[in-house]
Amino acid sequence: MSVILKTEKLRVEFSSREFRQAAKVALSSLDLEVNAGEVFGFLGPNGAGKTTTMNVLLGFVTPTSGTAYLFGIDVRQPIARQRIGYLPEMTYYYKFLTAEELLRFYAKIFGLPRGETDKRIDELIKLVELEHARKRPIKSYSKGMQQRVGLAQALINNPDLLILDEPTSGLDPLGRMKVREIIQRLKNEGKTVFFSSHELGEVETVCDRVAIIHQGELKAVGRVNEITGTRANLEKAFLDTIGYQPQTAP
Amino acid sequence: MKNIFAVAGIVIKELYRRKDFYVLFILTVLICLVMASVNIFNDKQIVRYLKELCLLLIWVSSLVIAITATARQIPAEREQRTLLPLLAKPLTRTQLIFGKFLGCWLACGLVLICFYAAFAVLAASREHAWPLLNYFQAAFLHWIALGVVVALALFGSLVFAAPSSNSTICFVIVVTILCIGRYLNTVALSLAETSHFLSSVIYAVYFAIPHLEIPFEMRNLIVHDWPLVAWKFIGLDTLYLLAYATAFLVAACLVFRRKPVN
Repeated sequence: MSVILKTEKLRVEFSSREFRQAAKVALSSLDLEVNAGEVFGFLGPNGAGKTTTMNVLLGFVTPTSGTAYLFGIDVRQPIARQRIGYLPEMTYYYKFLTAEELLRFYAKIFGLPRGETDKRIDELIKLVELEHARKRPIKSYSKGMQQRVGLAQALINNPDLLILDEPTSGLDPLGRMKVREIIQRLKNEGKTVFFSSHELGEVETVCDRVAIIHQGELKAVGRVNEITGTRANLEKAFLDTIGYQPQTAP
Repeated sequence: MKNIFAVAGIVIKELYRRKDFYVLFILTVLICLVMASVNIFNDKQIVRYLKELCLLLIWVSSLVIAITATARQIPAEREQRTLLPLLAKPLTRTQLIFGKFLGCWLACGLVLICFYAAFAVLAASREHAWPLLNYFQAAFLHWIALGVVVALALFGSLVFAAPSSNSTICFVIVVTILCIGRYLNTVALSLAETSHFLSSVIYAVYFAIPHLEIPFEMRNLIVHDWPLVAWKFIGLDTLYLLAYATAFLVAACLVFRRKPVN
Protein backbone atom coordinates (compact mmCIF):
# COMPACT_ATOMS: atom_id res chain seq x y z
CA MET A 1 0.00 0.00 0.00
CA SER A 2 1.50 3.36 -1.02
CA VAL A 3 2.07 6.10 1.53
CA ILE A 4 0.30 9.32 0.55
CA LEU A 5 1.02 11.50 3.56
CA LYS A 6 4.18 11.30 5.58
CA THR A 7 5.81 13.37 8.28
CA GLU A 8 9.32 12.70 9.58
CA LYS A 9 10.43 14.02 12.97
CA LEU A 10 8.25 17.09 12.47
CA ARG A 11 8.87 19.82 15.00
CA VAL A 12 7.18 23.20 15.12
CA GLU A 13 8.08 25.92 17.60
CA PHE A 14 6.34 29.26 17.86
CA SER A 15 8.57 31.96 19.28
CA SER A 16 6.98 34.07 21.98
CA ARG A 17 6.58 37.82 21.57
CA GLU A 18 7.14 38.26 25.28
CA PHE A 19 10.71 39.09 26.28
CA ARG A 20 12.63 36.11 27.64
CA GLN A 21 9.68 33.78 27.17
CA ALA A 22 10.60 30.35 25.88
CA ALA A 23 9.36 29.29 22.46
CA LYS A 24 6.17 27.22 22.53
CA VAL A 25 6.57 23.73 21.13
CA ALA A 26 3.45 22.99 19.08
CA LEU A 27 4.72 19.73 17.57
CA SER A 28 7.51 17.53 18.78
CA SER A 29 9.10 14.88 16.57
CA LEU A 30 5.87 13.81 14.87
CA ASP A 31 6.14 10.72 12.67
CA LEU A 32 2.98 9.91 10.77
CA GLU A 33 2.10 7.84 7.73
CA VAL A 34 -1.24 7.70 5.96
CA ASN A 35 -1.78 5.05 3.30
CA ALA A 36 -3.70 5.39 0.06
CA GLY A 37 -7.43 4.69 0.32
CA GLU A 38 -7.76 4.86 4.09
CA VAL A 39 -9.81 7.17 6.27
CA PHE A 40 -7.47 8.41 8.96
CA GLY A 41 -8.76 10.11 12.10
CA PHE A 42 -6.50 12.63 13.80
CA LEU A 43 -7.55 13.07 17.40
CA GLY A 44 -6.44 15.22 20.27
CA PRO A 45 -7.74 17.73 22.80
CA ASN A 46 -7.83 21.45 21.93
CA GLY A 47 -4.31 22.83 21.51
CA ALA A 48 -2.81 19.38 20.98
CA GLY A 49 -1.28 20.33 17.61
CA LYS A 50 -3.82 18.93 15.13
CA THR A 51 -4.38 22.17 13.23
CA THR A 52 -0.64 22.96 13.32
CA THR A 53 0.06 19.58 11.69
CA MET A 54 -2.51 20.36 9.01
CA ASN A 55 -1.03 23.83 8.54
CA VAL A 56 2.39 22.29 7.95
CA LEU A 57 0.94 19.79 5.47
CA LEU A 58 -0.74 22.64 3.59
CA GLY A 59 2.39 24.78 3.52
CA PHE A 60 0.96 27.49 5.81
CA VAL A 61 3.56 26.92 8.53
CA THR A 62 7.21 26.11 7.95
CA PRO A 63 8.43 23.40 10.35
CA THR A 64 11.29 24.25 12.69
CA SER A 65 12.81 20.88 11.82
CA GLY A 66 11.76 17.66 10.14
CA THR A 67 9.91 17.25 6.87
CA ALA A 68 6.45 16.52 5.56
CA TYR A 69 5.54 14.99 2.23
CA LEU A 70 2.33 14.69 0.24
CA PHE A 71 2.53 12.12 -2.58
CA GLY A 72 6.28 12.06 -2.00
CA ILE A 73 6.66 15.80 -2.68
CA ASP A 74 7.89 18.21 -0.01
CA VAL A 75 4.91 20.24 1.20
CA ARG A 76 6.84 23.48 0.75
CA GLN A 77 6.36 23.12 -3.01
CA PRO A 78 2.93 24.40 -4.22
CA ILE A 79 2.67 21.49 -6.67
CA ALA A 80 2.29 19.16 -3.65
CA ARG A 81 -1.20 20.66 -3.22
CA GLN A 82 -2.36 19.87 -6.77
CA ARG A 83 -3.98 16.57 -5.76
CA ILE A 84 -5.39 17.50 -2.37
CA GLY A 85 -8.66 18.97 -1.16
CA TYR A 86 -8.84 20.93 2.07
CA LEU A 87 -11.80 21.90 4.22
CA PRO A 88 -10.83 24.29 7.02
CA GLU A 89 -12.77 24.57 10.23
CA MET A 90 -15.48 27.25 10.22
CA THR A 91 -14.78 29.19 7.06
CA TYR A 92 -17.07 31.82 5.59
CA TYR A 93 -16.69 31.73 1.82
CA TYR A 94 -16.97 34.80 -0.43
CA LYS A 95 -20.44 36.02 0.46
CA PHE A 96 -20.98 37.89 -2.81
CA LEU A 97 -20.49 34.72 -4.91
CA THR A 98 -22.95 31.92 -5.59
CA ALA A 99 -21.92 28.31 -4.91
CA GLU A 100 -21.50 27.78 -8.65
CA GLU A 101 -19.25 30.84 -9.06
CA LEU A 102 -17.16 29.83 -6.05
CA LEU A 103 -16.56 26.36 -7.45
CA ARG A 104 -15.74 27.81 -10.88
CA PHE A 105 -13.16 30.12 -9.29
CA TYR A 106 -11.39 27.27 -7.49
CA ALA A 107 -11.58 25.11 -10.63
CA LYS A 108 -9.73 27.87 -12.53
CA ILE A 109 -6.91 27.78 -9.98
CA PHE A 110 -6.56 24.04 -10.58
CA GLY A 111 -6.54 24.75 -14.31
CA LEU A 112 -9.53 22.50 -15.08
CA PRO A 113 -10.83 22.83 -18.64
CA ARG A 114 -14.26 24.50 -19.02
CA GLY A 115 -16.16 21.34 -20.00
CA GLU A 116 -14.73 19.36 -17.11
CA THR A 117 -15.43 22.24 -14.72
CA ASP A 118 -19.14 22.34 -15.71
CA LYS A 119 -19.42 18.57 -15.28
CA ARG A 120 -17.61 18.60 -11.95
CA ILE A 121 -19.71 21.49 -10.58
CA ASP A 122 -22.96 19.66 -11.48
CA GLU A 123 -21.72 16.48 -9.79
CA LEU A 124 -20.57 18.23 -6.63
CA ILE A 125 -23.63 20.43 -6.23
CA LYS A 126 -25.68 17.25 -6.45
CA LEU A 127 -23.40 15.41 -4.02
CA VAL A 128 -23.71 18.11 -1.35
CA GLU A 129 -27.44 18.56 -2.08
CA LEU A 130 -27.33 22.24 -2.98
CA GLU A 131 -29.11 22.10 -6.37
CA HIS A 132 -31.88 24.38 -5.14
CA ALA A 133 -29.41 27.05 -3.97
CA ARG A 134 -26.65 26.86 -6.56
CA LYS A 135 -27.44 30.29 -8.02
CA ARG A 136 -28.07 32.00 -4.68
CA PRO A 137 -25.36 34.12 -3.03
CA ILE A 138 -23.52 32.28 -0.26
CA LYS A 139 -24.46 35.03 2.21
CA SER A 140 -28.02 33.60 2.20
CA TYR A 141 -26.84 30.08 3.17
CA SER A 142 -27.28 28.44 6.57
CA LYS A 143 -24.22 27.19 8.48
CA GLY A 144 -24.80 23.62 7.31
CA MET A 145 -25.13 24.73 3.69
CA GLN A 146 -21.89 26.75 3.98
CA GLN A 147 -20.10 23.69 5.33
CA ARG A 148 -21.38 21.65 2.39
CA VAL A 149 -20.16 24.32 -0.07
CA GLY A 150 -16.83 23.99 1.71
CA LEU A 151 -16.85 20.27 1.15
CA ALA A 152 -17.71 20.80 -2.52
CA GLN A 153 -14.79 23.24 -2.99
CA ALA A 154 -12.47 20.71 -1.34
CA LEU A 155 -13.53 18.14 -3.95
CA ILE A 156 -13.47 20.37 -7.07
CA ASN A 157 -10.19 18.95 -8.38
CA ASN A 158 -11.28 15.34 -7.70
CA PRO A 159 -8.49 15.04 -5.12
CA ASP A 160 -6.78 11.83 -4.12
CA LEU A 161 -6.29 13.11 -0.59
CA LEU A 162 -8.79 15.09 1.47
CA ILE A 163 -7.69 17.01 4.55
CA LEU A 164 -10.68 17.94 6.69
CA ASP A 165 -10.31 20.05 9.83
CA GLU A 166 -13.26 19.26 12.11
CA PRO A 167 -15.72 18.92 9.23
CA THR A 168 -18.76 18.46 11.44
CA SER A 169 -18.02 21.17 13.98
CA GLY A 170 -21.01 23.40 14.66
CA LEU A 171 -23.42 21.30 12.58
CA ASP A 172 -26.75 19.90 13.74
CA PRO A 173 -27.19 16.07 13.84
CA LEU A 174 -28.67 16.03 10.34
CA GLY A 175 -25.80 18.10 8.93
CA ARG A 176 -23.30 15.86 10.69
CA MET A 177 -24.92 12.76 9.26
CA LYS A 178 -24.79 14.20 5.74
CA VAL A 179 -21.09 15.05 6.04
CA ARG A 180 -20.42 11.56 7.43
CA GLU A 181 -22.27 10.02 4.47
CA ILE A 182 -20.14 12.03 2.05
CA ILE A 183 -16.93 10.88 3.77
CA GLN A 184 -18.17 7.29 3.59
CA ARG A 185 -18.92 7.71 -0.09
CA LEU A 186 -15.47 9.14 -0.75
CA LYS A 187 -13.95 6.19 1.07
CA ASN A 188 -15.92 3.81 -1.17
CA GLU A 189 -14.53 5.68 -4.19
CA GLY A 190 -11.01 4.90 -2.95
CA LYS A 191 -10.13 8.40 -1.76
CA THR A 192 -7.79 8.97 1.17
CA VAL A 193 -9.30 11.11 3.92
CA PHE A 194 -7.26 12.65 6.73
CA PHE A 195 -9.48 14.40 9.22
CA SER A 196 -9.49 15.81 12.70
CA SER A 197 -12.55 15.64 14.89
CA HIS A 198 -13.76 15.80 18.45
CA GLU A 199 -16.73 13.57 17.63
CA LEU A 200 -15.26 10.26 18.72
CA GLY A 201 -18.38 8.27 17.86
CA GLU A 202 -18.14 9.54 14.32
CA VAL A 203 -14.44 8.71 14.15
CA GLU A 204 -15.17 5.19 15.38
CA THR A 205 -17.76 4.77 12.62
CA VAL A 206 -15.86 6.02 9.58
CA CYS A 207 -12.12 5.69 10.31
CA ASP A 208 -9.84 2.82 9.37
CA ARG A 209 -7.01 4.08 11.54
CA VAL A 210 -6.60 6.83 14.09
CA ALA A 211 -3.76 8.76 15.69
CA ILE A 212 -3.97 10.44 19.08
CA ILE A 213 -1.84 13.49 19.68
CA HIS A 214 -1.41 15.34 22.96
CA GLN A 215 0.76 18.38 23.73
CA GLY A 216 2.40 18.10 20.33
CA GLU A 217 3.44 14.46 20.79
CA LEU A 218 2.03 11.39 19.10
CA LYS A 219 0.59 9.18 21.85
CA ALA A 220 -0.97 6.35 19.87
CA VAL A 221 -1.57 5.28 16.29
CA GLY A 222 -3.33 2.23 14.89
CA ARG A 223 -6.62 0.65 13.88
CA VAL A 224 -9.66 1.71 15.93
CA ASN A 225 -10.00 -1.73 17.57
CA GLU A 226 -6.28 -1.77 18.43
CA ILE A 227 -6.54 1.61 20.14
CA THR A 228 -9.76 0.72 21.91
CA GLY A 229 -8.38 -2.64 23.11
CA THR A 230 -10.32 -3.96 26.06
CA ARG A 231 -11.88 -0.57 26.86
CA ALA A 232 -15.57 0.15 26.33
CA ASN A 233 -15.20 2.57 23.43
CA LEU A 234 -12.86 4.96 21.66
CA GLU A 235 -13.75 7.81 24.01
CA LYS A 236 -12.52 5.83 27.03
CA ALA A 237 -9.37 4.85 25.15
CA PHE A 238 -8.79 8.46 24.12
CA LEU A 239 -9.13 9.75 27.69
CA ASP A 240 -6.76 7.05 29.00
CA THR A 241 -4.22 7.80 26.28
CA ILE A 242 -4.04 11.51 27.05
CA GLY A 243 -3.80 10.71 30.76
CA TYR A 244 -7.11 12.18 31.85
CA GLN A 245 -7.96 11.43 35.49
CA PRO A 246 -11.66 11.85 36.28
CA GLN A 247 -12.20 13.87 39.46
CA THR A 248 -14.64 12.38 41.88
CA ALA A 249 -16.95 14.74 43.77
CA PRO A 250 -16.11 15.11 47.50
CA MET B 1 -0.82 33.80 -15.10
CA LYS B 2 -4.16 31.96 -15.01
CA ASN B 3 -4.10 32.02 -11.21
CA ILE B 4 -3.44 35.77 -11.16
CA PHE B 5 -6.34 36.36 -13.56
CA ALA B 6 -8.64 34.07 -11.54
CA VAL B 7 -7.96 36.05 -8.36
CA ALA B 8 -8.31 39.36 -10.24
CA GLY B 9 -11.68 38.24 -11.62
CA ILE B 10 -13.02 37.65 -8.11
CA VAL B 11 -11.79 41.08 -6.95
CA ILE B 12 -13.57 42.80 -9.87
CA LYS B 13 -16.74 40.79 -9.19
CA GLU B 14 -16.65 41.88 -5.55
CA LEU B 15 -16.23 45.54 -6.47
CA TYR B 16 -19.16 45.65 -8.84
CA ARG B 17 -21.40 43.70 -6.49
CA ARG B 18 -20.72 46.04 -3.60
CA LYS B 19 -22.51 49.39 -3.41
CA ASP B 20 -19.50 51.67 -2.71
CA PHE B 21 -18.75 52.47 -6.35
CA TYR B 22 -22.36 53.19 -7.29
CA VAL B 23 -22.84 55.52 -4.32
CA LEU B 24 -19.66 57.50 -5.11
CA PHE B 25 -20.39 57.59 -8.85
CA ILE B 26 -23.96 58.83 -8.41
CA LEU B 27 -22.84 61.37 -5.80
CA THR B 28 -20.04 62.70 -8.01
CA VAL B 29 -22.26 62.90 -11.10
CA LEU B 30 -25.03 64.62 -9.11
CA ILE B 31 -22.64 67.25 -7.72
CA CYS B 32 -21.21 67.84 -11.20
CA LEU B 33 -24.70 68.10 -12.72
CA VAL B 34 -25.81 70.62 -10.12
CA MET B 35 -22.65 72.67 -10.68
CA ALA B 36 -23.05 72.52 -14.46
CA SER B 37 -26.69 73.60 -14.35
CA VAL B 38 -26.07 76.77 -12.33
CA ASN B 39 -25.38 80.00 -14.21
CA ILE B 40 -22.84 81.90 -12.09
CA PHE B 41 -22.42 85.66 -12.82
CA ASN B 42 -23.18 85.04 -16.52
CA ASP B 43 -19.46 84.27 -16.82
CA LYS B 44 -18.70 82.30 -19.97
CA GLN B 45 -15.32 81.22 -18.58
CA ILE B 46 -17.08 79.57 -15.66
CA VAL B 47 -17.04 76.25 -17.54
CA ARG B 48 -13.29 76.04 -16.89
CA TYR B 49 -13.76 76.29 -13.14
CA LEU B 50 -16.55 73.77 -13.29
CA LYS B 51 -14.36 71.36 -15.26
CA GLU B 52 -11.55 71.81 -12.77
CA LEU B 53 -13.86 71.10 -9.82
CA CYS B 54 -15.41 68.08 -11.57
CA LEU B 55 -11.98 66.61 -12.33
CA LEU B 56 -10.89 67.21 -8.74
CA LEU B 57 -14.00 65.35 -7.57
CA ILE B 58 -13.19 62.49 -9.94
CA TRP B 59 -9.66 62.32 -8.51
CA VAL B 60 -10.91 62.28 -4.93
CA SER B 61 -13.59 59.65 -5.67
CA SER B 62 -11.18 57.41 -7.56
CA LEU B 63 -8.63 57.63 -4.74
CA VAL B 64 -11.30 56.74 -2.17
CA ILE B 65 -12.42 53.74 -4.24
CA ALA B 66 -8.86 52.55 -4.98
CA ILE B 67 -7.64 52.86 -1.39
CA THR B 68 -10.67 51.51 0.47
CA ALA B 69 -11.22 48.62 -1.93
CA THR B 70 -7.56 47.56 -1.86
CA ALA B 71 -7.03 48.06 1.86
CA ARG B 72 -9.70 45.52 2.79
CA GLN B 73 -8.65 42.75 0.37
CA ILE B 74 -6.11 40.75 2.42
CA PRO B 75 -7.55 41.59 5.90
CA ALA B 76 -11.00 40.41 4.74
CA GLU B 77 -9.52 37.16 3.40
CA ARG B 78 -7.81 36.64 6.75
CA GLU B 79 -10.84 37.57 8.84
CA GLN B 80 -13.27 35.42 6.85
CA ARG B 81 -10.65 32.64 6.75
CA THR B 82 -11.04 32.34 2.96
CA LEU B 83 -7.25 32.63 2.77
CA LEU B 84 -6.96 29.05 4.08
CA PRO B 85 -8.79 27.16 1.31
CA LEU B 86 -7.28 29.56 -1.23
CA LEU B 87 -3.65 28.99 -0.26
CA ALA B 88 -4.32 25.27 0.13
CA LYS B 89 -4.72 25.24 -3.65
CA PRO B 90 -1.70 25.36 -5.98
CA LEU B 91 -1.59 29.15 -5.68
CA THR B 92 1.48 30.95 -4.36
CA ARG B 93 1.34 33.98 -2.09
CA THR B 94 3.04 36.05 -4.80
CA GLN B 95 0.32 35.09 -7.27
CA LEU B 96 -2.32 36.08 -4.71
CA ILE B 97 -0.73 39.52 -4.19
CA PHE B 98 -0.39 40.12 -7.93
CA GLY B 99 -3.96 38.88 -8.51
CA LYS B 100 -5.32 41.24 -5.87
CA PHE B 101 -3.31 44.10 -7.36
CA LEU B 102 -4.43 43.39 -10.91
CA GLY B 103 -8.08 43.04 -9.85
CA CYS B 104 -8.12 46.33 -7.93
CA TRP B 105 -6.21 48.15 -10.66
CA LEU B 106 -8.45 46.90 -13.47
CA ALA B 107 -11.53 47.73 -11.38
CA CYS B 108 -10.13 51.26 -10.94
CA GLY B 109 -9.74 51.42 -14.73
CA LEU B 110 -13.42 50.53 -15.18
CA VAL B 111 -14.38 53.14 -12.58
CA LEU B 112 -12.33 55.77 -14.43
CA ILE B 113 -13.99 54.92 -17.74
CA CYS B 114 -17.41 55.56 -16.13
CA PHE B 115 -16.26 58.80 -14.50
CA TYR B 116 -14.50 60.24 -17.55
CA ALA B 117 -17.38 59.21 -19.88
CA ALA B 118 -19.87 61.02 -17.62
CA PHE B 119 -17.52 64.00 -17.44
CA ALA B 120 -17.08 64.10 -21.24
CA VAL B 121 -20.84 64.10 -21.79
CA LEU B 122 -21.28 66.85 -19.21
CA ALA B 123 -18.46 68.98 -20.65
CA ALA B 124 -19.71 68.49 -24.23
CA SER B 125 -23.19 69.63 -23.19
CA ARG B 126 -21.68 73.02 -22.25
CA GLU B 127 -18.80 73.38 -24.74
CA HIS B 128 -19.94 71.26 -27.71
CA ALA B 129 -16.44 69.83 -28.11
CA TRP B 130 -14.97 66.31 -27.77
CA PRO B 131 -11.19 66.52 -27.17
CA LEU B 132 -11.01 62.73 -26.94
CA LEU B 133 -7.22 62.41 -27.07
CA ASN B 134 -6.85 64.89 -24.21
CA TYR B 135 -9.31 62.83 -22.19
CA PHE B 136 -7.42 59.68 -23.07
CA GLN B 137 -4.03 61.06 -21.96
CA ALA B 138 -5.44 62.43 -18.70
CA ALA B 139 -7.45 59.27 -17.90
CA PHE B 140 -4.58 56.96 -18.86
CA LEU B 141 -2.02 58.62 -16.59
CA HIS B 142 -4.68 58.87 -13.88
CA TRP B 143 -5.11 55.09 -14.12
CA ILE B 144 -1.35 54.48 -14.01
CA ALA B 145 -1.11 56.71 -10.92
CA LEU B 146 -3.90 54.67 -9.31
CA GLY B 147 -1.70 51.61 -9.93
CA VAL B 148 0.89 53.11 -7.55
CA VAL B 149 -1.85 53.94 -5.02
CA VAL B 150 -3.30 50.40 -5.21
CA ALA B 151 0.16 48.84 -4.75
CA LEU B 152 0.84 51.16 -1.80
CA ALA B 153 -2.50 50.28 -0.15
CA LEU B 154 -1.87 46.57 -0.72
CA PHE B 155 1.54 46.86 0.92
CA GLY B 156 -0.05 48.85 3.77
CA SER B 157 -2.71 46.17 4.28
CA LEU B 158 0.08 43.73 5.19
CA VAL B 159 1.84 46.13 7.51
CA PHE B 160 -1.05 47.75 9.38
CA ALA B 161 -3.51 45.60 11.27
CA ALA B 162 -6.74 47.45 10.53
CA PRO B 163 -7.98 48.40 7.05
CA SER B 164 -9.22 51.75 8.42
CA SER B 165 -5.78 52.80 9.68
CA ASN B 166 -4.19 51.66 6.42
CA SER B 167 -6.77 53.61 4.37
CA THR B 168 -6.23 56.78 6.41
CA ILE B 169 -2.43 56.57 6.22
CA CYS B 170 -2.48 55.86 2.48
CA PHE B 171 -4.90 58.71 1.85
CA VAL B 172 -2.78 61.17 3.86
CA ILE B 173 0.41 60.06 2.04
CA VAL B 174 -1.15 60.37 -1.42
CA VAL B 175 -2.81 63.73 -0.74
CA THR B 176 0.47 65.05 0.74
CA ILE B 177 2.36 63.95 -2.37
CA LEU B 178 -0.25 65.55 -4.62
CA CYS B 179 -0.26 68.83 -2.69
CA ILE B 180 3.35 69.43 -1.62
CA GLY B 181 5.45 66.76 -3.35
CA ARG B 182 6.53 69.11 -6.13
CA TYR B 183 7.69 71.85 -3.72
CA LEU B 184 10.00 69.69 -1.60
CA ASN B 185 13.08 70.45 -3.71
CA THR B 186 12.43 74.19 -3.37
CA VAL B 187 12.08 73.79 0.41
CA ALA B 188 15.30 71.75 0.51
CA LEU B 189 17.12 74.40 -1.50
CA SER B 190 15.97 77.18 0.81
CA LEU B 191 17.19 75.19 3.84
CA ALA B 192 20.58 74.35 2.34
CA GLU B 193 22.22 77.42 3.90
CA THR B 194 20.82 77.01 7.43
CA SER B 195 20.54 73.25 7.94
CA HIS B 196 22.47 71.03 5.62
CA PHE B 197 21.21 67.82 7.25
CA LEU B 198 17.53 68.76 7.04
CA SER B 199 18.00 69.92 3.49
CA SER B 200 19.56 66.54 2.57
CA VAL B 201 16.69 64.66 4.22
CA ILE B 202 14.08 66.68 2.33
CA TYR B 203 15.99 66.16 -0.92
CA ALA B 204 16.07 62.40 -0.22
CA VAL B 205 12.32 62.40 0.38
CA TYR B 206 11.78 64.42 -2.80
CA PHE B 207 13.64 61.87 -4.88
CA ALA B 208 12.19 58.85 -3.07
CA ILE B 209 8.48 59.59 -3.32
CA PRO B 210 6.45 58.74 -6.42
CA HIS B 211 5.54 62.05 -8.05
CA LEU B 212 1.86 61.50 -8.60
CA GLU B 213 1.36 65.20 -9.25
CA ILE B 214 2.38 64.74 -12.90
CA PRO B 215 -0.78 62.71 -13.76
CA PHE B 216 -2.72 64.97 -11.38
CA GLU B 217 -1.72 68.05 -13.35
CA MET B 218 -2.86 66.41 -16.59
CA ARG B 219 -6.25 67.86 -15.64
CA ASN B 220 -5.02 71.17 -17.10
CA LEU B 221 -4.96 69.52 -20.49
CA ILE B 222 -8.74 69.28 -20.31
CA VAL B 223 -9.47 72.38 -18.25
CA HIS B 224 -7.44 74.83 -20.36
CA ASP B 225 -7.65 72.96 -23.67
CA TRP B 226 -3.87 72.68 -23.81
CA PRO B 227 -2.24 70.78 -26.65
CA LEU B 228 -1.47 67.09 -26.18
CA VAL B 229 1.62 66.04 -24.25
CA ALA B 230 4.24 64.29 -26.40
CA TRP B 231 3.55 60.55 -26.28
CA LYS B 232 7.17 59.78 -25.35
CA PHE B 233 6.68 61.74 -22.10
CA ILE B 234 3.48 59.83 -21.41
CA GLY B 235 5.46 56.63 -21.96
CA LEU B 236 8.31 57.76 -19.68
CA ASP B 237 5.95 58.78 -16.90
CA THR B 238 4.16 55.44 -17.24
CA LEU B 239 7.45 53.59 -16.83
CA TYR B 240 8.43 55.82 -13.89
CA LEU B 241 5.13 55.16 -12.06
CA LEU B 242 5.06 51.44 -12.88
CA ALA B 243 8.54 51.12 -11.36
CA TYR B 244 7.12 52.44 -8.06
CA ALA B 245 4.09 50.13 -8.27
CA THR B 246 6.44 47.18 -8.83
CA ALA B 247 8.61 48.21 -5.87
CA PHE B 248 5.57 48.33 -3.56
CA LEU B 249 4.36 44.98 -4.87
CA VAL B 250 7.73 43.32 -4.32
CA ALA B 251 7.78 44.73 -0.77
CA ALA B 252 4.23 43.41 -0.23
CA CYS B 253 5.26 39.94 -1.45
CA LEU B 254 8.28 39.90 0.88
CA VAL B 255 6.15 40.90 3.88
CA PHE B 256 3.36 38.45 2.99
CA ARG B 257 5.81 35.57 2.67
CA ARG B 258 6.70 35.92 6.35
CA LYS B 259 3.14 36.47 7.61
CA PRO B 260 1.33 33.59 9.28
CA VAL B 261 -1.81 32.62 7.36
CA ASN B 262 -4.09 32.46 10.40
